[in-house]
Amino acid sequence: MSFLGNLFGKRATSGVARDRLQILLAHERAIGGGDSDLIAKLHREILEVIKRHMSIDNDKVTVKLDGSGKGCSVLEIDIEVPTPEQTAEMRRLA
Amino acid sequence: MAKVLVVTSGKGGVGKTTSTAALGAALAKTGQNVVVVDFDVGLRNLDLVMGAERRVVFDLINVIQGDAKLAQALIRDKRCETLSILPASQTRDKDALTAEGVAQVMEELREKFDWILCDSPAGIERGAQLAMHHADMAVVVTNPEVSSVRDSDRIIGMLDSTTVKAKNGEKMEKFLLLTRYDPARAARGEMLSTEDVLEILSIPLIGIIPESEEVLRASNVGAPVTLSNPESAPSRAYLDAARRLMGEKLEIQVPVERKGLFDWLFKKRVA
Repeated sequence: MSFLGNLFGKRATSGVARDRLQILLAHERAIGGGDSDLIAKLHREILEVIKRHMSIDNDKVTVKLDGSGKGCSVLEIDIEVPTPEQTAEMRRLA
Repeated sequence: MAKVLVVTSGKGGVGKTTSTAALGAALAKTGQNVVVVDFDVGLRNLDLVMGAERRVVFDLINVIQGDAKLAQALIRDKRCETLSILPASQTRDKDALTAEGVAQVMEELREKFDWILCDSPAGIERGAQLAMHHADMAVVVTNPEVSSVRDSDRIIGMLDSTTVKAKNGEKMEKFLLLTRYDPARAARGEMLSTEDVLEILSIPLIGIIPESEEVLRASNVGAPVTLSNPESAPSRAYLDAARRLMGEKLEIQVPVERKGLFDWLFKKRVA
């Protein structure tokens, strides 16, 4: 179909629309909606707890709440922990 | 048991008012007692689309403020006796729409009608929130277009978090109504397809309304399209959607205009 479209100088753009929407909404569902306060609060508190025990970069914690699953929501917490060398480096610089 | 249905979308201009009028009339034609309620305070238009603009004496705000009784504000449709409209106020301050006032009016409407269709204003502010607050079910009107789909996603999130149903931990029934759909363009890959939109929003489909001249023709003359031209393609799509709302299981199709015998054979099957 897109081949025919190209012949007539038109491009099938619906695939682009769908892909853009899927990427955008995955992001917006994670941070936006009615639970944005909750996510921000969780993010801050999780960071505080971890910082008590190890030094960690603020950007290395992502908290996502995915409510699109059937009958349940998934709270996804992704924490990137620095390697011992990186920690030593950070301590040295501090 | 009365059903409160909110017709919402987030984005403006996608067909909320048109769909409220068309679905309201379609439900009323089956003999159900239906009221369509305009929640767009300051920018009311449901009265105009329904052809009742010259019959508005009292409105929703008058009832909330106690200046009029509900029965005085309700306007009965001249073409369909089981259909009524409760207009929004045109001039007053938006804050006049109070949560308590709306709750009281909804309670009273539940006693009088089988179906209460709430036409939501665009946006996600107070008016839109109040329109969905008491709903048992929602029709999310969406155009096959990126900004409309994004806003619908946001509204679906609100339906699941801010409504009475959601707060009571009950399930809000949500349905997608795809409007201004052009099957030919979707087939050529120029427009998001029904499958694309369904995959992204993941709520069940209640109907696909094809892009049609009949919709503007109906609003020009102030009639729900399902009353002005019930045989037209959009009307048949709305009439089927109304039957699905009432619990019937019907295969979803995109009706085409009936110009001759061949059109009937060309009825497209989707989803």
